[in-house]
Amino acid sequence: MTTTSDQPLRAAPDTFARREWPRAAWYAAAYDVEVGAHLLPRTVAGASLVLFRTPSGEARALENACWHRLLPLSEGKLLGDEVMCGYHGLRYDADGRCTFMPSQKTVNPSARVRSYPVVERHRFVWVWTGDPADADPAAIPDLHWNDDPAWAGDGRLIHVECNYKLIVDNLMDLTHETFVHGGSIGHRSVAESPFEVTHGKGTVTVTRWMIDVEAPPFWARQLEWRGAPAGNVDRWQIIHFTPPGTIAIDVGVAPTGTGAPEGDRSQGVNGFVLNTMTPESATSTHYFWAFARKYALTDQRITTLLRDGVSGVFAEDEEVLAAQQRAIDAHPEKDFYNLNIDGGAMWARRMIDLMLAAEDDSYAAAGAQAERDIAEHDRTDAGDGGEREVARARAEAKRARSGS
Amino acid sequence: MTSTFVGARVRAVRAVADEVRQVELVPDDGARAYPPGSHLDLALEVDGLPVVRSYSVVGAAPEDGAYRIAVKLLPDSRGGSRRVHGLAAGDRLELRHPTSHFELDPRRPGYLLVAGGIGITPLVGMAEVLARRDAPVRLVYAGRRRAAMPFVDHLRSLLGDDAVVTAAGEDGERLDLAAEVAALHPDGEVYVCGPPRLTDGVRACWAAHGRPARRLRTETFGTGGRHPTEPFDVEVRDHGLTVHVPRDRALLAALHDAGVDMVWDCLRGECGRCTVSVLGGGTVVDHRDVFLDATEQDESARLCACVSRAVGGRLAIDTGYRA
Repeated sequence: MTTTSDQPLRAAPDTFARREWPRAAWYAAAYDVEVGAHLLPRTVAGASLVLFRTPSGEARALENACWHRLLPLSEGKLLGDEVMCGYHGLRYDADGRCTFMPSQKTVNPSARVRSYPVVERHRFVWVWTGDPADADPAAIPDLHWNDDPAWAGDGRLIHVECNYKLIVDNLMDLTHETFVHGGSIGHRSVAESPFEVTHGKGTVTVTRWMIDVEAPPFWARQLEWRGAPAGNVDRWQIIHFTPPGTIAIDVGVAPTGTGAPEGDRSQGVNGFVLNTMTPESATSTHYFWAFARKYALTDQRITTLLRDGVSGVFAEDEEVLAAQQRAIDAHPEKDFYNLNIDGGAMWARRMIDLMLAAEDDSYAAAGAQAERDIAEHDRTDAGDGGEREVARARAEAKRARSGS
Repeated sequence: MTSTFVGARVRAVRAVADEVRQVELVPDDGARAYPPGSHLDLALEVDGLPVVRSYSVVGAAPEDGAYRIAVKLLPDSRGGSRRVHGLAAGDRLELRHPTSHFELDPRRPGYLLVAGGIGITPLVGMAEVLARRDAPVRLVYAGRRRAAMPFVDHLRSLLGDDAVVTAAGEDGERLDLAAEVAALHPDGEVYVCGPPRLTDGVRACWAAHGRPARRLRTETFGTGGRHPTEPFDVEVRDHGLTVHVPRDRALLAALHDAGVDMVWDCLRGECGRCTVSVLGGGTVVDHRDVFLDATEQDESARLCACVSRAVGGRLAIDTGYRA
């Protein structure tokens, strides 16, 4: 009997199998406070970088390997706006050009280390890992809540032992709050309420409203700080994804019936959970987050309490995510299954795949290459085996074109 | 991570009943053991387009290094069964090794296997395994005409009187499902494979006997609906376009062809990831999925684009695209 559908869609898009990240993207490499007049090593999207600030305050990112014998430059010294290798004293300017070589009068003009485009925005030092000519600061994901005077907050960087897409999955569906964060933000209503997933060009939005529910401890406390009456609330989570790894979540609660679902949030408390995930390797991620709130803007006590509170919540995720990655590595033969709740994650991964397809020649040109192979075969091998190969290559080319 | 296609050779093709052909497939890298209830995927070319079809594997193990599938020529076919019936010994194609979505729990104190027509295929291997272990098992095998029902003799030799075969069109025998369910051990399981009418019937009977839903196992019969397959038009409001869905294309495939970006996963109507919202239209939706429950299917606010379709006419949908 036939058990499946009949369309030429071969299989699910292999988004859940692929562990790549796009190169042509801005990645948060560090929090602003991490980068100063010292050498900070950090691997961003597989590239080993050294970050520092010049005396004029500009953040810079260089390839973290001396041109000469590849010693990490981060093992050397920062001398003003020059980096000196800690092995033989070669020096590089802030653009990566070598300015000094020992025991010779000249400097080989080709000596340099790669310099990465850097832009500081919304409290993050962003690095572009693609072709520098394509680095457009307008493409930096919007996390303005992080330094907008209308908001107050702070955050942290955590190093998570998992692929960055697992964190994307985690944030694109908050059902897990019920099961992972039962003591703080979790509530059964999160796992029970319906949600809507929409997508646009390079965006995915997941919207979930929980009407007339009990406020979990994290929110009850904030309502109290704000002086709002106790009682049931209308709670919202509106998740905005920008590929490859930025997620801003509009969250909050308002006393039920005060009009929040209709747009009047004035009686409630509103925050933004800001997240940007930078892949370090296929199985580790720099996870930058912040929590920004829209009330009691000058109360530093609340800023600290919220930052520490969210830290505790995310530590629970960290454990789950690392365990999940270990399980994935232990079961390379297994695929993920997708549930209803995974709609947002699937669309997010689709957006990442589209970025990859746009820049990955081997992927986009697979069909074209197969066609060229066919032409080669047609010319060089008229034998029986050749015909078989041609038919196979032709079928593969067709599949590559029709596949997702 | 997804297993890939491998080359395979057709070793033999033979008729095992009217309009049912059994095909023996020898994969280039050798046939592997598989759990009962498994299916394999074939990469076929139909009308110049590559398609993937899944077929249950017949029998508990490969036979002399070959996987066996049995395929009925369907008049309503979208080309797959026609293509398989066109295969001859020596032909080459590609397949994915068997995997199971319909696994047999080996530890139940009793089993009831229910097959409708060609839905017998995954149950043959189960019957073989259970008979070999002397497990308490009954098989109910319903069809229209006996001559169109494969493997009857084999199943009788395995199970004797515990294989009940009825051909409704000939001897007018009626299935006494209620009696079969009543006779099954309280912790027993039922395994059903057949058209939705049969699955619906077994599910209702199972519930009426107060049996737990998790003890009823079904194989999704993706191509069959409660209504005939008709072409229809779909108005994709969020994209501002209208797409024609021919009789031989799934809604999901037609949307995909028209450039409507969609996500999907199982392609069997199980995961619900390709569901679209139904905004209206004066037509009936033939829900062929197992993701939406009966109430949701009645409401028809959503449908699974991979398997479900409108019964002709015009349907307005929303895929969640916001420009």
